[in-house]
Amino acid sequence: MADAEKTQPAGDPQERESILWQIEISPDAGQPDRLARNILADARDLGLPEQLQLVACRGFLIQGGLDRDQAVEIAEMLLVEPVVEKYTIGRCGDSHFGEVSKELPGLFYVLPLAGVTDPEAESALEAIRQLGFPVEAVRTFCKYSASGLEPEQQDILCNKLLANDSIEQVVSGPLQLTEIQLGQPYQFALLEVELIDQDDSQLMQVSRDWQLSLTLVEMQTIQKYFADLGRNPTDAELETLAQTWSEHCSHKTLAGRISYTDEQGTRQFENMLKETIFAATVEIRQALGDRDWCVSVFEDNAGIVKFDDEFNVAFKVETHNRPSALEPYGGANTGIGGVIRDTLGTGLGAKPVCSTDVFCFAPPDTKLEDLPPGVMHPRRIMKGVVEGVRDYGNRMGIPTVNGAVYFDARYVGNPLVFCGNIGLLPDDKSFKKPLANDLIVSIGGRTGRDGIHGATFSSAELTDASDITSGGAVQIGNAITEKMLMDVLLQARDRNLYNAVTDCGAGGFSSAVGEMGEKIGAEVWLDKAPLKYEGLSYTEIWISEAQERMVFSVSEENWEAFRELCESESVEATVIGQFKPTGQLTLKYNELVVADLAMEFMHDGRPPVVRQAVYQASPASAIPAMSRTAEQNREDVLAILGSWNVASKHWVIRQYDHEVQGGSVIKPLVGVQNDGPGDAAVVRPVLKSQRGLAVSCGMNPYYGDHDPYHMAASAIDEAIRNCVAVGADPAQIAILDNFCWGYTDRPETLGTLVRAALACYDMSIAYQAPFISGKDSLNNEFSYTDPQSGERHTISIPSTLLISAMGQVPDVGRCVTMDLKKAGNGLYLVGTTGNHLGGSHWSLLHRIEGGQVPTVEPQGARELYNLLHESMNGSLVRSCHDLSEGGLAVALAEMAFAGHLGVEVDLQDELEATGLSVTEYLFSESNSRFLVEVEPAQEAAFQALLGEHARRLGGVVALDEVTVSCGNETVLQSKLSDLKQAWQSPLDWE
Amino acid sequence: MSVKPNVLILRAPGTNCDHETAFAFERAGGAPQSVHINQLLESPDLVREFQILCIPGGFSYGDDIAAGRILASQLKGDLASVIGEFHGQEKLILGICNGFQVLIKSGFLLPPDEEGLPATLSWNDSGRFVDRWVHLKTDSKKCYFLDGAENLYLPIAHAEGKFVARHETVLDALQDGQQLALKYCNPDGQNGHVAYPHNPNGSQRHVAGVCDVSGRILGLMPHPERHIESTHHPQWTRRETGGQADGLIIFENAIRFFN
Repeated sequence: MADAEKTQPAGDPQERESILWQIEISPDAGQPDRLARNILADARDLGLPEQLQLVACRGFLIQGGLDRDQAVEIAEMLLVEPVVEKYTIGRCGDSHFGEVSKELPGLFYVLPLAGVTDPEAESALEAIRQLGFPVEAVRTFCKYSASGLEPEQQDILCNKLLANDSIEQVVSGPLQLTEIQLGQPYQFALLEVELIDQDDSQLMQVSRDWQLSLTLVEMQTIQKYFADLGRNPTDAELETLAQTWSEHCSHKTLAGRISYTDEQGTRQFENMLKETIFAATVEIRQALGDRDWCVSVFEDNAGIVKFDDEFNVAFKVETHNRPSALEPYGGANTGIGGVIRDTLGTGLGAKPVCSTDVFCFAPPDTKLEDLPPGVMHPRRIMKGVVEGVRDYGNRMGIPTVNGAVYFDARYVGNPLVFCGNIGLLPDDKSFKKPLANDLIVSIGGRTGRDGIHGATFSSAELTDASDITSGGAVQIGNAITEKMLMDVLLQARDRNLYNAVTDCGAGGFSSAVGEMGEKIGAEVWLDKAPLKYEGLSYTEIWISEAQERMVFSVSEENWEAFRELCESESVEATVIGQFKPTGQLTLKYNELVVADLAMEFMHDGRPPVVRQAVYQASPASAIPAMSRTAEQNREDVLAILGSWNVASKHWVIRQYDHEVQGGSVIKPLVGVQNDGPGDAAVVRPVLKSQRGLAVSCGMNPYYGDHDPYHMAASAIDEAIRNCVAVGADPAQIAILDNFCWGYTDRPETLGTLVRAALACYDMSIAYQAPFISGKDSLNNEFSYTDPQSGERHTISIPSTLLISAMGQVPDVGRCVTMDLKKAGNGLYLVGTTGNHLGGSHWSLLHRIEGGQVPTVEPQGARELYNLLHESMNGSLVRSCHDLSEGGLAVALAEMAFAGHLGVEVDLQDELEATGLSVTEYLFSESNSRFLVEVEPAQEAAFQALLGEHARRLGGVVALDEVTVSCGNETVLQSKLSDLKQAWQSPLDWE
Repeated sequence: MSVKPNVLILRAPGTNCDHETAFAFERAGGAPQSVHINQLLESPDLVREFQILCIPGGFSYGDDIAAGRILASQLKGDLASVIGEFHGQEKLILGICNGFQVLIKSGFLLPPDEEGLPATLSWNDSGRFVDRWVHLKTDSKKCYFLDGAENLYLPIAHAEGKFVARHETVLDALQDGQQLALKYCNPDGQNGHVAYPHNPNGSQRHVAGVCDVSGRILGLMPHPERHIESTHHPQWTRRETGGQADGLIIFENAIRFFN
C-alpha cells in the first residue's frame, strides 16, 4: 500500500483552492483499444469510410481541493490499471490534452449531460472519499482521436456513434471546463394553471403545452373538478392527474368500454380486459376450488401463484419500448431495472430469481438509405438493447434464462423491448397493506430530472422529432443502487419492518404514493426527498422517474430499525411523508401546500374511454400446390434456419449470465456442444429443493397479419408447449400477456386487439392456464416526413402479442432437452399436421401471402400434453423439441445438429394419411406438435401411452446428415455441418 | 465428529454469488456466514472467528473503474493487517470470479514488488461479458483447494478475466512456483495450444486460477459453486445416470483442510 501519510488531507479542505483535475487513461502498447474497436465495428453500418481510424481513451474529471500529488495518487491507487494501462494527468484545459497528430486530427470528448446518471462517477466519488481525499465531484468522459473526415461524416461519427445526444454531449477539441456543474439552487414559486375559465381549444392547448397527453373529455372533467372547488389547479395537481390517468398507468383503452363488431355481430364490453382475460382466470379459479393455485392475480405489481408449501412465485413482464427507441442502452437498462422492482414490490417483496427478455427489431441488414429520418439503425438499437439488459441483469445477479428476438421491417421506428422477471416470496408475505399513519419512506436512488413525463410520453406516438423533444424521458440505470436496495428490502421483509412496498415506476412518487395511499390518504413533504442535485421544482420531484427508488409504508415504531438496517448497508432511507387518514393527497413543499386532491377523484374520476372496434376477416386465398425438388427443400430449410427469426441467438444469450444464483437446470443453449436451441429454461429457485420452474414464451406477429385470433391462440399454444417440452406439468402453467399494438383509436386496429383478447379467453379456459398478469403498450406507430417527397408517412408495428409462460416441474431430474441423444433411438412426431403454411416462414421465404394460418384445437392438444408429460414422468422420453417456425424440417435439423447425430425419417405413410404434399408436411407450422426421441426398449410403452397422437417417422442414426425420404425417393438431405452453419452464422457477431 | 469450519462469505454492494457460494460450503460441511463489508470495516476483528475467508462472485461496486478495484482498495486499506494475520494463521482464502479480481488487485494473492503488482485481470479479448462452460486442468501440487483434482468442467461468467502479467519473467516465476494452479484446456483435457473459445478470454498461459506462494489463497475465474449438482452440468440430460459435480471438490478440500 502507498504511504498512508499522503492520503490524509492536509488541513481543512475548505482552505484549499478547488481544482478540476483531468485524468486520461489509455491502453498500454500492445493492449487492445476496446472502446475504439467497438465503435469502429458499428461505423460501417452508418456509412463511414472503411479506413476510418480511431483511438480512444477513458477519463475522469475530479473536482476538489487536491494538489497534484494527491491527484496522481488517486489515479494510481484507484483509477489506472498499471499492468495494462498508462495515463496522463493535468488541470482541465492544460494544453497537452489538446495535442493531435497529423494522422488523427479530429479530437472529440464525450461527456454525460448534466444530470444524467453516471454510475461510474458516483462509485469513483465514493471510493475517493473513502480514501480520505477532499473531493467534491467526479465526472467520467471518453476521448476520441479520429482520422480526417468530411464535415457530414464527422457529424455522423459524433452524433450517431460516439454519443447519443439524449444523454451525452460531444465537445469538439479540448475540454475547457473550470468546474463540474452541480445544479442551481431552486427558487420556490407556486405555479397555478389557468383552467377553469378556458374553452375547449384552450384546454387542449394546456394538455399539449404541459405534455399531459390528456383528451378533451378528460380535460373537461378536470376543469369541472376544480371549478367546483372554485380555484385553478396547481401544476403539480395537473401533472398528478395526467400521470394517474395515462394509458401507461391506467390502461384506459383496454379496460374501457368497447363496442366490438365482427362477423358474429356486435358485442359491448364495459371493461374489455375484465371480460376476456381476467374473466378466464376467475372461471379457472372457481372451477379449481380448493385446488386453486393462483394467489394474487391482476392486483399487485406482478401475478403470484403457489410454488411449494413454503413459497409462492411472482411473474411480471413489462414493455419498455419508447425509451429504447431513443436510447437503446438506457431504455433496456431501465426496462429490466423496472421490472425487477415490480417483483421486489409485489406482496411484501419477492426475491428475483430469473429474468426473460424478448425483443422486436427491424432486420439488422436494413440499408441505411431505407431508414426513415430520426431513427437509429436497427443493428445499433439491437446492440444497445442487449448491452443494456446485460449490464443491468448481470450486475443484479439475476440470471436471464429465456428470451426471443423477432425481426420485421415494421419495427423500424418502434422497436419493442419486453423485460420479464420472476420472484420467489414466502407464502405469508404475499399481501401488503399500508396502514393509516404509517410513514412514507423512500429508499434507494436519489431524485433527479430523469424521465420526466415518461408515463405520458410512453402513451403517445413517436415521431421523427421525438429524439429532440423527449430527451428528458430517457433514464440511465445504476444496477448497483438497485442491488443494494434489494439486499436491504429482503432483510427488512423477513424482519417484518414494513407494512407495504411498491416501486417508483412510471410517474415516480406520484404513482407510488398515489397507489399506496388510495384507500387512506397521504401527505407528502417534497422538500425532504433527497436530490441528486439542486434546482428541482416540487413538481419535478413529484413526477421524476429517477430509477432505483422504492416507497415503503413503515410504522413509526419500526422506522428506527428500518433506518438502521438501510444505513448498515449504505442505502439512503428518507421519510418523505405520512399516510394520513384524510382521503386526500396533499403535497407540501416547506410546509406550503402545493397540491390537494381527493384520492377518489384521482383514482375513480377519469371519464371512461369509449372506443369502437371493428374486425373484418380478410378472405384466405389458397397457396397453389407446388412441386419442389429435394435440392429446393434443402435450400429452403437452410434459408429458414438462416433467417433472422430462426437463426441462433447465441450472440445475445452468451452475454447474459444465465447461471448466477446456482439454480440452473436447463440452460438456454443445450446439446453436445452447448449450442442447440432449448425450448424453455428450467431453474430451481430454492437450492435445497428439486422443484423447478420452467420459463418460456410464444409469439408470432406474422400470423397476426392473417388473423389475430389465431395469432393469439398460436402464441399461447407455443408458450405452453415449450414449457411442456422440457417437462413442466401442463396442469399448472401460468401465462402472461403483453399486447403491443398500433394506434387503437382506429376501430380497425382496436378490432384486431379485441379479437386477439377473445382468443386469449378461449385458450386460457381450454388449457386451464390462467393469465396472472399483463401489460399493454398502445399507439406504437412512427410518423415522419419523407425528405424527398415531403409526404407524411406512418409505420405501424405488426400487432404483437407476447405470451410468457411459467410452468412447474415437480422433480427437475425428469427434465428433457431437445438434442438427440443416441443412434438407434426411434423418432416420433406427436400431434397433428395440417396444411398450415399461411404466415409460415416457408411462405415468408417465398413471399407468399395466402394460405391457412395455423389454428389451435385445444381439446386434443390438452390431452396430448398430459400424455406427453406422463411419458416424461415415466422416463420414456430421451429428447423432445417443439415444432414452430419452419415446422418439421427445422425441428429435425435443430435436434440433429444439437445432438450431433443424424436422422433418417420416411414420410410416405404420413403423406398418404394426411393428403399433404412433401413441402406442406415439411414446412407446415401446425400447432401443438413435438418431435420425440424414444429408446427402443421404451417404444412400445410410449406408443401405448400416446396412442394416435404419436407416429413413428424414423430414427436416430450415427451419420452426420439429416435424410428425409418418401418411400424410395429422398426428398430432403443435408449435412449437419451445413445446417448448423446456416443457423449459427447470421448472428455470429464479433 | 469434527467441528464445522466457519466460513466468512464477504459481501459488498454488488456481490451477487454469496448465497449459492454459502450453499456450496454448507454442502461441503462448512458453517458459512455472510458478512457485509461495512460490518467488517467497523469491526475488523470479526475475521478472527473464521477459518475460511471467501470473496464470492458478482460486481462489487458495479465493477466501476475496473472489476473488483474498489473492494480491493478497501481490503488493502483498513483491513490489510487483519487479513494478513488471518493468512498467517494457516487459514484459507478463496476468491471466485469477482473475488479473484479483488484478491489480485489488492495484492493479497500476488504481492507487489518495487514495480507494483506483478499481474492483473483485464478485459476479455472479445471485449464483452461471456457465460460459457470451460474445460480446466490443474497444474499445482501446492494449492490445497485443488488437491486431488485434475480436470474440471465449470462455467465462467465474466467480462474481465484475462490474466495478464507485467513480464514474461513473472509468468515463468509463477509457473516454477506452481502458482499458475488452474488453466483452461482443450475438451480432451490437454493443454498445448488452447484456442478461443476454450481459452475464453485470451489469458496468458491459459491461466484460469492462481494460488499464492503458500497454496492457501486461491483465486479463480470459473464458478465452482455453479457445478455442485449433477443437474448443473449443461449436458446432464445426455447422461444415462447422474454424474459427478466437479465444483464441489474445491469446497470439500477447503473444509477437509481443517479436519
